[in-house]
Amino acid sequence: MSETAIKVEDLSKAYQIGQIGTGTVSRDIERFWTTKILKKEDPFLKIGETNDRTIKGGSDIVWSLKDINFEINQGDAVGIIGKNGAGKSTLLKLLSRVTSPTTGEIKVKGRIASLLEVGTGFHPELSGRENIYLNGAILGMRKKEITRKLDEIIDFSGVERYIDTPVKRYSSGMYVRLAFAVAAHLESEILIVDEVLAVGDAEFQKKCLGKMGDISKGEGRTVLFVSHNMAAVQNLCNRGIVMKNGSISYQGDVDKSIKEYLTESSSACSIIDIKDRKGNGKVILAEARAYSRTPNVQPQTGQPFTLEFLLQNPQNISFADLQFDLRIDDHMGQRIAWMSNSVLNTNTDKTGSLIRFNIEKLNLNEGLYYVTTQILAHNALTDWVQNAFSFEVVKGDFYNSGKTVPPMQSRIIIEFNVGYD
Amino acid sequence: MSKGNQHAGWDLVIKGHTSLFDLKFKDLWHYRDLLFLFVKRDFVSFYKQTILGPLWFFIQPIFTTIVFTFVFGNLAGISTDGLPQYLFYLSGITAWNYFSDCLNKTSTVFRDNANIFGKVYFPRLIMPLSIIVSNLIRFGVQLLLLLCMMAYFGIKGANFEVTSAIFLFPVLVVMMALLGLGAGLIITAMTTKYRDLTFLVTFGVQLLMYGTTVIYPLSAAPEEYKRIIELNPMTGIIEAFRYAFLGKGEFTLWSVGYSMIFTIVILFLGIVIFNKTEKNFVDTI
Repeated sequence: MSETAIKVEDLSKAYQIGQIGTGTVSRDIERFWTTKILKKEDPFLKIGETNDRTIKGGSDIVWSLKDINFEINQGDAVGIIGKNGAGKSTLLKLLSRVTSPTTGEIKVKGRIASLLEVGTGFHPELSGRENIYLNGAILGMRKKEITRKLDEIIDFSGVERYIDTPVKRYSSGMYVRLAFAVAAHLESEILIVDEVLAVGDAEFQKKCLGKMGDISKGEGRTVLFVSHNMAAVQNLCNRGIVMKNGSISYQGDVDKSIKEYLTESSSACSIIDIKDRKGNGKVILAEARAYSRTPNVQPQTGQPFTLEFLLQNPQNISFADLQFDLRIDDHMGQRIAWMSNSVLNTNTDKTGSLIRFNIEKLNLNEGLYYVTTQILAHNALTDWVQNAFSFEVVKGDFYNSGKTVPPMQSRIIIEFNVGYD
Repeated sequence: MSKGNQHAGWDLVIKGHTSLFDLKFKDLWHYRDLLFLFVKRDFVSFYKQTILGPLWFFIQPIFTTIVFTFVFGNLAGISTDGLPQYLFYLSGITAWNYFSDCLNKTSTVFRDNANIFGKVYFPRLIMPLSIIVSNLIRFGVQLLLLLCMMAYFGIKGANFEVTSAIFLFPVLVVMMALLGLGAGLIITAMTTKYRDLTFLVTFGVQLLMYGTTVIYPLSAAPEEYKRIIELNPMTGIIEAFRYAFLGKGEFTLWSVGYSMIFTIVILFLGIVIFNKTEKNFVDTI
């Protein structure tokens, strides 16, 4: 059993949502009076409310993290995964001391370097070299440490030719390369990385991941990595922490964590509770799920795929009179596909409540997708839910060639063949 | 490891509430290189893409002195204690500018750096300290201007003398810096929640100049207001400054001592409040 590097105990963080500003003086005085003079609990913190952004809470205080407990051993590479708003970033902020916890504590052995953003503190007027020093110092390096590693950093960044040019003349790719190069050469025992690899070209991303792999596997340093890119997490990490609504829903082996996260996000979620919807409500979407061959198999590129929707249809309107449209967007909000039962010739007199869209061979590339649905009955809108649910497609062998289309290149995969003469 | 037995073996313990007086000076020392890199950044970025470059350091005090000489010296006819008007105003402006720059810049330090502070940890106090040092360079350059003017008027045979109080000069500079820093820290800590203070500071500092002996000597102030003007800690400093360089001004150890105690109290309060705020300000700004 190796030594513990990070120990988190009963960690919680409350945020005040909504407006901060007007009326805070009187509030602050009240707060001061009850907590400091009367030694009572803070009147503005309501205990026990979970952080679910789809449900409107009763108070202005929301617990972004609630009673988190975990331990990380030295040399572990831990992937922190979870949906947007699950508390991943808050956890990283607390670990990197940008803000402090409301209750609980974090104990750390060794130096922490955190990379919540690449190029923090870069000054556009300064040259690449000057910025290496500035950024390195901001991240906690001593000047002589940077001087010692300067050549290595410049070499890694691959912008040697422009190193004495002000960074405002850099392309955004060069900027990121330089910034990551500085961060990659930090000499801390613990490295915390937020989703910073989403920038830069594919070659550089690979280089970054390789470097991070070296750091954790080769040098035995501890890495905490937050990402939505499951392939990167799987590749890099040996342990995983799955977060949901501000608490940890699973922790353990990385493969199991990813599976846990994927089933969690693909399993039926109660869309019925979403309040932000349009339409007259005669027919509404209640549940939805995406799966491959059977309902418990994760969607995979090249495999059969089904989107299943459960409707609430109290007036028993026939499917012949219903139009069900759905739109698939990628994680960047870019529209990928649109489907509707109205574009197909289907003769049905069923009045049931289940509708399925089947794709024989899924031609979506690996990644996260969001589905927006729209239901019309007799050509009148009954229900419209933006980003009703999301599903994750895992990497699959579409062409039976063992090779895949880089997700950077395309979200859609097309059946084709190549002829030679 | 210095956090007591309870946390033995851990290098760092992050929790919500820390002691009010845990000022983290050790941390600050580790990041000293960063302070100088920030100073360098400020200095370089100040004159990049300007034609006159560092000359701008001179232009502002020169023009202010000319305007003050014209308005307060010639039109209003306010006494300058028998000193050449240019020297009188320039000495006041140089000292006052240093104090007001320190105060103004540190009073917005949280807001101006919310971006960096929100992404990475370093002892927040580094930032205001770097501002103090940056301004010190600027002050040094402007002091050079004052010395040139003194040389010029000296050759012309104007009536002034450098006194032995000049040995107090480093102390006076440190006091101005720390007074500006302390007040700035208090204000920036409060502005994370109450933005109103920002407006107050911008014109408040301007008005405060008239409550300090920049454009008039303390000896020319009416007796009934003299007490109030003396309450202003900057008055003692500027009078001492002027006495040191030009030999005129109501310089007493008592007034300098008062300013010093005032400075220490403000600075201490400032650092404590700043440290208290820095932990969570990211959430409110």
